[in-house]
Amino acid sequence: MNAANTVPARRKKHVTPGGRKKTFWLTTMMLPAAAWLLLIRYLPMGGIMMSFLDYRLPTRKMPFPVNLFHSKWVGLDNFKFLFTSESAQMIRNTIGYNVLWIILGLIIAVAFAIMMSELTKKFLAKTYQTMMFFPYFLSWVVVAYFLFAFMDPTNGMIVRSQKAAGGNVIDWYNSPQYWPVILTVCSMWKNTGYSTVLYLSAITGIDRSQYEAAAVDGATKWQQVIHVTLPHLKPMIVILLIMNVGKIFNADFGLFWSVPMNSAPLFPATQVVDTYVYRAYTTTGNVGMSTAAGFLQNLVGFICIMAANTIVRKLDPDSSLF
Amino acid sequence: MTSIAKKRSAFRGNAVSGRAEALFHVTLGLFALCCIIPFIFVIIISLSSEDSIRRIGYSFTPQVFSLDAYTQVLHLGDSLWRSYFNSFLVTAVGTLLSVSMCVLYAYPLFRKDYRFRGFFSFLSFFTMIFGGGLIPTYIVCNSLLKMGNTYAALIVPMLVSPFNIIIMRTFFQTSVPFDLIEASTIDGAGEYTTLVRIILPIVKPGIATVALLTALAYWNEWFLCLLYVTDRNLYPLQYLLMEMQRNAEFLARNSSMIGAAGAEALRTLPSQTMRMAVVVFIVLPIACAYPFFQRYVVAGLTIGSVKG
Repeated sequence: MNAANTVPARRKKHVTPGGRKKTFWLTTMMLPAAAWLLLIRYLPMGGIMMSFLDYRLPTRKMPFPVNLFHSKWVGLDNFKFLFTSESAQMIRNTIGYNVLWIILGLIIAVAFAIMMSELTKKFLAKTYQTMMFFPYFLSWVVVAYFLFAFMDPTNGMIVRSQKAAGGNVIDWYNSPQYWPVILTVCSMWKNTGYSTVLYLSAITGIDRSQYEAAAVDGATKWQQVIHVTLPHLKPMIVILLIMNVGKIFNADFGLFWSVPMNSAPLFPATQVVDTYVYRAYTTTGNVGMSTAAGFLQNLVGFICIMAANTIVRKLDPDSSLF
Repeated sequence: MTSIAKKRSAFRGNAVSGRAEALFHVTLGLFALCCIIPFIFVIIISLSSEDSIRRIGYSFTPQVFSLDAYTQVLHLGDSLWRSYFNSFLVTAVGTLLSVSMCVLYAYPLFRKDYRFRGFFSFLSFFTMIFGGGLIPTYIVCNSLLKMGNTYAALIVPMLVSPFNIIIMRTFFQTSVPFDLIEASTIDGAGEYTTLVRIILPIVKPGIATVALLTALAYWNEWFLCLLYVTDRNLYPLQYLLMEMQRNAEFLARNSSMIGAAGAEALRTLPSQTMRMAVVVFIVLPIACAYPFFQRYVVAGLTIGSVKG
């Protein structure tokens, strides 16, 4: 990531013997992963041109690369899907959830990390951290089961207690209005531990004497947080923000796919670009349009990350990502 | 007591007030509990008897405990063990290949005297901010490389992670002094000998970190299976679980509409407790190893995001 800012900084040549031979052997080390990158990451970038084609599926007569040349060029036709109401909804969902979760995640994680750093019983702090980090290591499929145990329409704990109380039973998997909240809770539940650990490690890296000095000058705890802790966290917050902004048009497929159990009535609240691309491709087989959607995701992400980075570099050159 | 407390806080001067700290404990403690309670709940469900569930639903305090679910799981036979085997195989092979490639790629990137360092850095890190998207990748893997319905489809598409390369490179940078390489080369050791004999033992913690992250990613993977695999014999555990849930959910939601046939299908499905037992089977290896590997993962993630 910081290829650009490490290289020019120190150009001091370290000379070791065996110049050309060394370069050759070191290059052979790069080859396996480089070949993988070219095949699995760069070759598909060429596939972006399919978003401008009326893609013809490969047949026996026209096997894979050949069929490309027989597909008709349709210009921007594949991008027309953008102007349907269905896609307006999924774009709103994707960006809406992302913006909400970036802000919410940032506030919660920073707050938790600060609280954690203030605990005097270090053992308890460690225990909390271990427990909070646990969900990060589970797959969304497993999380979906966890949620299901509470919300299953026949046996779920919430449903049963609603029945027992004689109240209205909510059919969770058919009521989209609750899902923005449910998805937000799931996302925070799974990811807060991770970001808390990140911010906490940054806080522990701060020189304690700065707090002592602030306290001597009469700063309250709150003022210390504002004037000492937050400025130190700023670089990390900015970097994570830039990276998250780059993913603003991408959604966590697992969360939106397996947690709502692929329930169609929930689509208004759970359809995002990633699930849309997958569903469009598997149900209609429309390669052109699905590729176009994917291309747009990457393009928007790329532009956003570049824009965010440029802005940050203008404001504060040290915080920028590259 | 209060005077001692006062003295202590006066002495430390800069700790938050007792009341504030209590509030922090409550907030963090509650959230921390919420993070593991669902798993405990699922364990309890898997240990409840079917009867108890039919009567009071999923509950933290089932009427009758039973090990039925686990005996059922053990008798489920082929499909479960097959999937368990697949998950282990994919995780083991994938981690081994992925970590080797990662170390081999990260090492020259760390060597300041390597000529093509800038080019290869760009090659890997550019993929973090731009890509071809799902469908072109799918077509390359499926139509061009013919990976559909093979183990390769579950391993190859996630072999290289630029994030792990950054972590590994940073470990090299922070723990390997450059003189060591110079000394080794002057002694006449080849590049590979230097890497394997001298460098690798130093960066063991880094390798552990990357290996753990990779192994977790493979163990939790089901999306690749969803994309490329239709052959039941290749299903990893995660995907098997997802499919069980999908079938059951579909029937449960529509049983009233399907009527008798649906009810019959429901009865022959794996029981609810059994599905929960499979969840326990998946999570248990992680939960048991977790306290030991947490340290490495924290170190790795912190390095990756701070220095990245």
